[in-house]
Amino acid sequence: MDFSVIANNFSFLISQGLLGFGKFTGGTLRLAIPAIILGFILGIFIGLGRLARSGWVRVPATAYVEFFRGVPLVMVIFWFWFVIPVLLGVPLPEYTVALAAFVVFEAAYLGEIIRAGIQSVPRGQVEAATATGLTSVQTMRHIILPQALKNMIPALVTQFIVLFKDTSLASIIGYVDLTKAAQIVNNREIRPFELYLFIAMVYWLCTYGMSRYARYLERRLSHA
Amino acid sequence: MRYQFDWSVLWSGQTGQWLLQGISTTLEISVLAWLLAGVLGTLSGALRTAGPRPFSALSAFYVEFFRNVPLLVWMFFWYFGIPLLLPRLAQDWLFAHGAEFWAGMFALGVYHGARFSEVIRSGIQSIPKTQLEAALSTGLTVTQAYRFVIIPIALRLLIPPITNESLNLLKNSSVALTIGVAELTFQTRQIETYTAKAFEALTAGTLIYLVLCLGLSAFMAVLEKRCAIPGLIARVTPAEH
Repeated sequence: MDFSVIANNFSFLISQGLLGFGKFTGGTLRLAIPAIILGFILGIFIGLGRLARSGWVRVPATAYVEFFRGVPLVMVIFWFWFVIPVLLGVPLPEYTVALAAFVVFEAAYLGEIIRAGIQSVPRGQVEAATATGLTSVQTMRHIILPQALKNMIPALVTQFIVLFKDTSLASIIGYVDLTKAAQIVNNREIRPFELYLFIAMVYWLCTYGMSRYARYLERRLSHA
Repeated sequence: MRYQFDWSVLWSGQTGQWLLQGISTTLEISVLAWLLAGVLGTLSGALRTAGPRPFSALSAFYVEFFRNVPLLVWMFFWYFGIPLLLPRLAQDWLFAHGAEFWAGMFALGVYHGARFSEVIRSGIQSIPKTQLEAALSTGLTVTQAYRFVIIPIALRLLIPPITNESLNLLKNSSVALTIGVAELTFQTRQIETYTAKAFEALTAGTLIYLVLCLGLSAFMAVLEKRCAIPGLIARVTPAEH
């Protein structure tokens, strides 16, 4: 066992692999952060669609959620990797493929969290808002969403942790994230035990930090 | 250039064979990993709620470390990292006897064991203490109280989250393709590589996963309804995917 391999390649692993500064288009965080934001935005539409009164909106939104929750993420990534370039007629860079796959996939899970959050707001709130003369859009914007968002924060943070871990799968199509960076170093150094243990610890530090934060939020919000 | 569809790659000759082998490998690795995860999860989940201090701390470490690191990293760790620590002879033997399958099975089972553990812990904790007290006050012994009251309730409450986690395990078995386990996603890709029929191969793979997942969850939903405790709507909140 020789952990000097970590020290020698530390800057490549962290700045290229985790953060995404370097020669390759890569970085776990550079993929995770936009994926979380865009996935959340798409998830709001999916979540609201699941609650729509019209079947024309509700049924497709439900089918979307059921479909993506029944398929492995790896499969979704391959769909985007192999099929989209054929349809568009142009090859797409790994980053775009990975980002699109994550946004579409995670939106199904985030949509369910958003739906549950909205449903956790008591009906009386909606009735009171309507009684004071707010329109349904105003009710959603000023009454339901702020309360719903508060209720779903712990579940959202948990899902963000999952997404953060899932970004490692982007390395399958060659995106240089933390996992791929470790693979690249390993191909030269042949130190798999040390390298994979090291990146496991890096992932762990990030996700454990987030999960502590989720627990803290849960405790603080339950008192409010 | 127009894309030419040819669905026959899914059932003819070599490629059809691959698809069937993929399904059976996926089921094999999932079932074995599920058993391992079940044992690890139940043990560590129970130890975390009731075990003596060193054991509960060890379980907490196991759960927090293994479930917070991506499964893919565990796959690489078990497949590339661990065998290097073994003596030369054991290494040779392993790599001659399908090391990737066993490494993948371990990675999947140990990772999901940590997640099962959380489900089981929250299931045990969701049963009100008064249930045990009531059972004891009617004259049951502690063993009887667990045997006839606590465990039957816990098992029924745990059906939905356990189903959810088991489906996650099945879907996550696809990650084993990265270390060369010839499961369903691997075979789908292989068909794509050999025939260049990406659309057909991926459709087949996707539909098979969908049928497996939706079929299993529909079956478990029926079971859940059959086993529902009247008047009780408390569900253990399902874990993330």
